[in-house]
Amino acid sequence: MTKQEVMQKLQDVFRDVFDDDTIHIDENTTANDIEEWDSLEHITLIGAVEKTFKMRFKMKEVSSMKDVGEMVEIILERI
Amino acid sequence: MEVLKYPLDSETILKKKRSIKRELLNDGSQRIKKNIAILGGSTTNDIMNTLELFLLNSGIEPTFYQSEYAQYRNDIIFPNAQLDNFKPDIIFIHTSTRNITEYSFDLNLSPKDVEDAIQREFENFSTMWDTAFKKYSCPIVQNNFEKPLYRILGNRDSYDIHGKTYFINRLNLKFYEYAQMHDDFHINDIDFLSADYGLTKWGNPYYWHMYKYALCVDAIPELSYNVCKIIKSIYGKNKKALVLDLDNTLWGGVIGDDGQEGIEIGQETSLGQLYSEVQTYLKEQSSVGVMLTIDSKNDYENAILGLNHPDSILKVDDFVNIKANWLPKSDNIVSIADELNILPSSLVFVDDNPAEREIVRQTLKDVEVPNIANPEDYIMRLDRSGFFEVTSLSQDDIKRSDMYKANVKRNAQQSLFTNYNEYLKSLNMVATIDDFLPIYIPRITQLTNKSNQFNLTTKRYTQSEMERIFHDDAYIRLYGKLSDRFGDNGIVSVVIGKIVDNSTLHIDLWLMSCRVLKRDFEYAMLNELVKVCKTRGIKTIFGYYYKTAKNSMVKCLYRDFGFYLKSIDDDENSIWELDIDTYIEKQSTIKVEKNQK
Repeated sequence: MTKQEVMQKLQDVFRDVFDDDTIHIDENTTANDIEEWDSLEHITLIGAVEKTFKMRFKMKEVSSMKDVGEMVEIILERI
Repeated sequence: MEVLKYPLDSETILKKKRSIKRELLNDGSQRIKKNIAILGGSTTNDIMNTLELFLLNSGIEPTFYQSEYAQYRNDIIFPNAQLDNFKPDIIFIHTSTRNITEYSFDLNLSPKDVEDAIQREFENFSTMWDTAFKKYSCPIVQNNFEKPLYRILGNRDSYDIHGKTYFINRLNLKFYEYAQMHDDFHINDIDFLSADYGLTKWGNPYYWHMYKYALCVDAIPELSYNVCKIIKSIYGKNKKALVLDLDNTLWGGVIGDDGQEGIEIGQETSLGQLYSEVQTYLKEQSSVGVMLTIDSKNDYENAILGLNHPDSILKVDDFVNIKANWLPKSDNIVSIADELNILPSSLVFVDDNPAEREIVRQTLKDVEVPNIANPEDYIMRLDRSGFFEVTSLSQDDIKRSDMYKANVKRNAQQSLFTNYNEYLKSLNMVATIDDFLPIYIPRITQLTNKSNQFNLTTKRYTQSEMERIFHDDAYIRLYGKLSDRFGDNGIVSVVIGKIVDNSTLHIDLWLMSCRVLKRDFEYAMLNELVKVCKTRGIKTIFGYYYKTAKNSMVKCLYRDFGFYLKSIDDDENSIWELDIDTYIEKQSTIKVEKNQK
């Protein structure tokens, strides 16, 4: 899977989780950019991303991830 | 909604909870509103979110109160205006083995030390429950404890008094003893759930240390689903009957082709053994009040031939209604509901044939149609779906099938008479109609919460509320029990009226079980009510009819009773008035007795 494809798939996950088809993400997107993205929804998001890409994040990654770019890097490493 | 049915698709439920909720709220269904307090010993957010979906899907619209993180005990023990104002209808206490504080691994502890610690831990909880009952008189749903993450003593952990496994098992037993003594206290059995799910996955420490969830996030829908089963059972939303196919559902093979000796049931073959287990499961279900019926495409004689197989565990007598013919199955289902006087939404259709299931799903939207998969899955699929969750168990449940069978005999009796009144007389009906008795309150509550059709206001009460009314002089209460030459119907009618200004009675609740329709029993109840009102100096009775999707059969009941229509609104809700002095006693063939002293 290319980075582009991962981004596309990831965007679908975001749209499902936040129930908003207008969401566009890029590498710089952070929790501040999406209103509903709080610490509780972060849990759902991480779970849905893990299921979609059939991979797991490590505990310290979940707490230290700063933006979508970092998330994509980790996904690309594991798939 | 299909995604919310067993087996659960956790991934989709969690990911799409927002759109699922939106869809449910827009589906136009009627729901009762309930306030549910979730008091957690760990994070409860997604438990609340998914519980909301399951409840909405079961006809209950919840409003939630969530305790601050791990404040479950403080929220109840200490003054809490926020929770007081919330007025919970249900309190769900979500605690887990992570919340145990009195256990420590110490081989120097004596047996007495260990006992004391178990007792202290128990009292941490029981004092909280006692306080909650006193403050809120509402049902409590309480988790038990799941098995520990690890076992220092290995297998010995289960029986050595120092083991954590031992401690947890003993503590759970104490919870069960409390439940046995309190009808409004319900255990959410996470010890079973976690084992069923897989303890290692359930208790994955990642979710505790990362998010303070006491179980893995993927298991949350399973937990919420289980809590929903309890809550919907409390509010009378259980199913009442199973509609069963025969060939390849109750036995292997096709009776019409294979003959009695050719079908597989009994200990001769492994498939036969499997079907015997399925039949045993169904027989046990019927013994807790689930009615069994048959809907099979077969000649009637062949259906009976199959049930008369010497190894068949279920016999003809175990079924309250048998439809074996070549009509569409959905037609038979409608007849079964009609003949049993229950709604199609109280039925669960069980058939191995996916095509038959799909037709029923399409034509009868209210009928529950589980995907029962393969014969080896039947029991699990039915059992885990929780259609018949038992939160209360009355004598009526145990005898239900007998009562419906007596009804069949009554119908036969009726056909002997051309004059309906002569038929009623021939039944030799005897009723007890009087104030509630404490031993009947569980059954009165249960009947109140599940009667939909002959129910004027469809008001629901918890057992605690019923008990409060029972002790309050401002109410007039009547229950009615009816028996006749064919059997005892048990408690079949409840009336509750509130006295206002000493001279008027407002009827909050008037309901009757549909199993005694057309027996003039409602007249016997009214006669008694008027008598009681006279002794209490009441001059006027007000009756209320609140229309629902299910209670149109009693739209004109108060008119039949001789009440005057006071007002009616655009939704057909109406208010009726009766001047007691003008009341003419209704004729009825029922002999009425009072409570035995």
